[in-house]
This record gives sequence, C-alpha cells and structure tokens, in this order.
Amino acid sequence: MEPFDLTIHEARTLLDSRQLSAAELTEAVLGRIAAVEPQVGAFVTVTEDIAREAAAAADSSMAGGVTTPLTGIPMQIKDVMSTRGIRTTCSSRILENFVPLYNATVVERLYERGPVLMGKGNMDEFAMGSSTENSAFHVTHNPWDLDRVPGGSSGGSAAAVAAGEAFFSLGSDTGGSIRQPAALCGITGLKPTYGLVSRFGLVAFASSLDQIGPLTKDVEDCATVLNAIAGHDPRDSTSIPGGRPDYTAALTGDIRGMRLGIPREYFGDGIDPAVDAAVHQAIGVLRDAGAVVEECSLPLTSYALAVYYIIAPSECSTNLARYDGVKYGYSVDDASTAWETQERTRSSGFGAEVKRRIMLGTYALSAGYYDAYYLKALKVRTLIRREFEDAFQRFDALVTPTTPTPAFRIGEKTDDPVSMYKSDVLTIPVNIAGIPCISVPCGFSEGLPIGMQVMGPALGEEAILRIAHAYQKATDLHTRRPEGLG
Amino acid sequence: MALSREEVLHLADIYHIYLSDDEVEVMREQLASILEQFQVLSELDTDDVTPTSHSVPLTTVMREDVSREPYPTEQVLSNAPDTYGQYFQVRTVLED
Repeated sequence: MEPFDLTIHEARTLLDSRQLSAAELTEAVLGRIAAVEPQVGAFVTVTEDIAREAAAAADSSMAGGVTTPLTGIPMQIKDVMSTRGIRTTCSSRILENFVPLYNATVVERLYERGPVLMGKGNMDEFAMGSSTENSAFHVTHNPWDLDRVPGGSSGGSAAAVAAGEAFFSLGSDTGGSIRQPAALCGITGLKPTYGLVSRFGLVAFASSLDQIGPLTKDVEDCATVLNAIAGHDPRDSTSIPGGRPDYTAALTGDIRGMRLGIPREYFGDGIDPAVDAAVHQAIGVLRDAGAVVEECSLPLTSYALAVYYIIAPSECSTNLARYDGVKYGYSVDDASTAWETQERTRSSGFGAEVKRRIMLGTYALSAGYYDAYYLKALKVRTLIRREFEDAFQRFDALVTPTTPTPAFRIGEKTDDPVSMYKSDVLTIPVNIAGIPCISVPCGFSEGLPIGMQVMGPALGEEAILRIAHAYQKATDLHTRRPEGLG
Repeated sequence: MALSREEVLHLADIYHIYLSDDEVEVMREQLASILEQFQVLSELDTDDVTPTSHSVPLTTVMREDVSREPYPTEQVLSNAPDTYGQYFQVRTVLED
C-alpha cells in the first residue's frame, strides 16, 4: 500500500517508529496531488511551501519528543474556514482574493497539534449545493468515477481524502454537506452536535445549522480529529460550555445491548434498491454484533426538506448581505454610485445558486410572508426536534441511508434545483434538530460507494462513534480505495 | 404558477442586487417551483408551538469586558477594493 493510502493511525505507527518521516509522508502526498489533481480537482489552493515547512517542523518536534496523534499528518481544510495569510475563497468570485487576518478556531486548534496543511478544499460556492458543481472555479470529480459528482458542498474535502490527497479534511455541514459527500466518495464523515465545535472563523452560510466536522478514512481517525477540534470557544456564543470527552475512548468495539431504531420513512419511495439493500445488510452486521434493532417511525421526516429550504436561505440572505464590495472582496470598479457598486458587485460576484437562495430567503423574510414561511418553518422545527427527542427516549441511535442514490452524473441535476435539493432529503433532518450524525461506507453499487448514517441524541457522539466503529471492525469496506487514478 | 416579473424585481431591489432580464425570467419559474414545495407545511397545526430559532438552549451569552490589541489599520484595509488614507473609500452615496 502506498503511504498516501494509509489512515492517520497507520501513518502514526510508521512516524512514531521512525520508519517514515513527516517530510517523506508530505512528499508522498504532494506527489499524489500532482498526479491526480488534474483529474479530481479537490483543491482551490495547494499550499506546497507551507506543507514542506510544516513537515520539517513536525519532524523536529518529533525528534524533540513532542508528538500528538496528528503531528506530521497531511490535512486539507475546506475553503470556507479562515486561514491566516492563506486565501479563503468559499469557491466564490466575490472572495477570490480574500486573505484572512486570523485563523478559524478549528484551524488554530489543529495547528497546535502539528498536522501539515496541504491546501484548501473546493466546495459549492458558500457551501450551497450538493455536488460541488457550484464552485466558481472548477468542478470536483468523484475519485471512484470521474464522470460523477463527489457530492457537496464539502466535495473537495471528500474527494481529497478518498483520492489520497490528504489524510483528513475538515468540512462544514449545514444540511448534509459533510455526510453526503463522504457517502458518495466512500469515506467517513461526522456532523457533530450543533455547538460542539466552534464556528469562529467559519464563513457563515446558515448560522443556526452550520457545523464543522471531520472527513476521514475511518471512524478511528474521525474520533482522533474530533478530539482535536471539539471544545468550548468564548469567541462563538453558540459554543456549548464545558469540557469534551476523549472520543477515541468510546471505540470499545462493544455494542451489545445498544438499542438501534430504523425509521421507516428513510426507506422506500425514491430510495435506490441497491442503497436499501446495502443499508439493511449493514443493519444485519450491527445486529450480529449484539445491537437490539427495532423498526420505528418519524412521521415528520418528509417536512424537514421544506423547513430547511426556508430557514437556510433566510439565514443565508442575511449573512451574505455583508458582501457589499466595500470592506473586502471583489468590487466592480466602474459604478457611479455606492448603491450601484453594491448591486453590480453582487450581480457579478455571486453565482446562480447563491442568487437563487438569496432571493428565496429575501422572499421568506419579507413583509407579508414572514409568518407564513419563516415563522412557520421555525415552529415545524420545534416539532421535528421533539420527534427526535422522543425517539431517543427509546433508542441509543437511529440508522438510515445517507443518500437516496449513489453519486449522480456531473451535469445531471444542474438545471433542476428542486431535484438537486431532494438529494439532501435524508441528511437535512439532523441539522434541523441540531443532533450528531456519522456517515460510513456500507456497500457499493456498480463500483460506486453507498453510505449509512448513524444519528444520535444531542452530545451523543460517543455512542454513534462506537456503533460506526464496531461496524468497521466487522467489515472492510472502509479499507477500499479508488483505483486507476493518476 | 410563476412569480410575476415585478415580484422578482421587488425582491432584487430589497436586497440591492442587480439581475439581468434572463436571470429574472429563470428566477420567476424556479422560485415558484421551490415555493410550491413549501406548501406541505400548511398540513401541520402549529398554533400552540413555540418556534425554535436555535438548537442550543443558550441565551444572552456574556463575556468579560477585556480590552485587546486591535488589528493595525493597514492590515484591516489590506483586503479592501478601494481605500483613501486610513479609510475605506466608496462611490457617491448621496446624489445632488
């Protein structure tokens, strides 16, 4: 196996036993990026020089006896998180040349632990999309089939990890943007409980839904990265106070007696039969490992999509009002008034999907429609939260497919926003309720990966990590890598 | 049922974003078909339900009022499209 195909914990063993240096590991990954990036397109910016410096620093740190689980591990960060001195574009023309003055808290926390930044991940513009086709710069291709999308909006993150261009990446998940691409690219992705990980320095899309989380090759790596990024942050007032457990300690492999609910609304109509079969087979594996499995019902599931596509655009229209062409970012230079500058800067700075959501949000928040749309959506959100809370009285976790189908073809859904939005139907409810959820690979259909979600109650990361880890101990799907790249 | 051209232009006006004629046409159709998907919510009785704007039960989070070094002006201005001395510069705001 090539060094870039290893997991974090496998690479750690080689680094700690001096069989491999951080510099060698970084060179191997830089070589991989050079070889496959023309096909995959997972990065907006590759930070080659910074990576070499960080690798050298990691080697001297390890020589001095200072090692963390992430020292010398090549990583990527989705280009929606601020990195001081490194441009942060959100894959938008409007931020094409924006260079932040400070690091996001998650970036700061990672830097303290010595991983090696390889670059910034491509994404749907401002994290709005499900295919990474909305990037203003280039499309990202699925490493398992280059004619297909990697999912989105963290498609660059998922593709980079799957293709061996980074050992892990951080993504952001507002309606499935970590889990859906993780599923379509055959890797592991976790959306933590809202407030577990700081959002300081995450460019805001929908503030009440956005959450940062890891995309990794397996659950063990996922827990390791979560340990690094989770924590209270006084700079994010929605950050949950108090300490965080050691998530790797939850990976006991023992799920005997754990109660798993299988909500029937996540199966059936619109779900590809191959997806249905793979998830049911995976549920069988969990049952064989000692979990108690029972079917259940979440009747409000079908309303979550409408709630999401009211709340998220409303919040986005407010958040994106800051792009006025004055303080930073792209600005038209031939307007005659300040208003004209603003109108035309947004017109040429934002892409079609961003404009669509801004208009939608403006509509839902405008006089005469606020009660009927926005307020109604917030009330249904309460009902959806309660429904999950009730379910978690009976179950430790819920198990569902992550996406209705495997990866679709590039261009297949770009002209039909409603059809694109429906690809998020299984991932959205979790964001509405603010609960944690992990996606792990659970099968393949005609060479394309299929993902399974494990949802837990608020702050139930340990339970879902334990379940997902037990599944990976019993199976080997997470060890498969795409072939024929480069 | 599409939105009217005037409705779309009104929204663009509220937001201060310019849309081309073609964009207005596409938006009329697409916004209407998305709004149609929202009608399902009217099936649910929410009269006595409290809205949830946020899933973390935290209100009015306070911090110590500690002074910090601000960023130097030239750094703050480093991303600005147009500056004048120590200021952001904009085009005419008030016309005669």
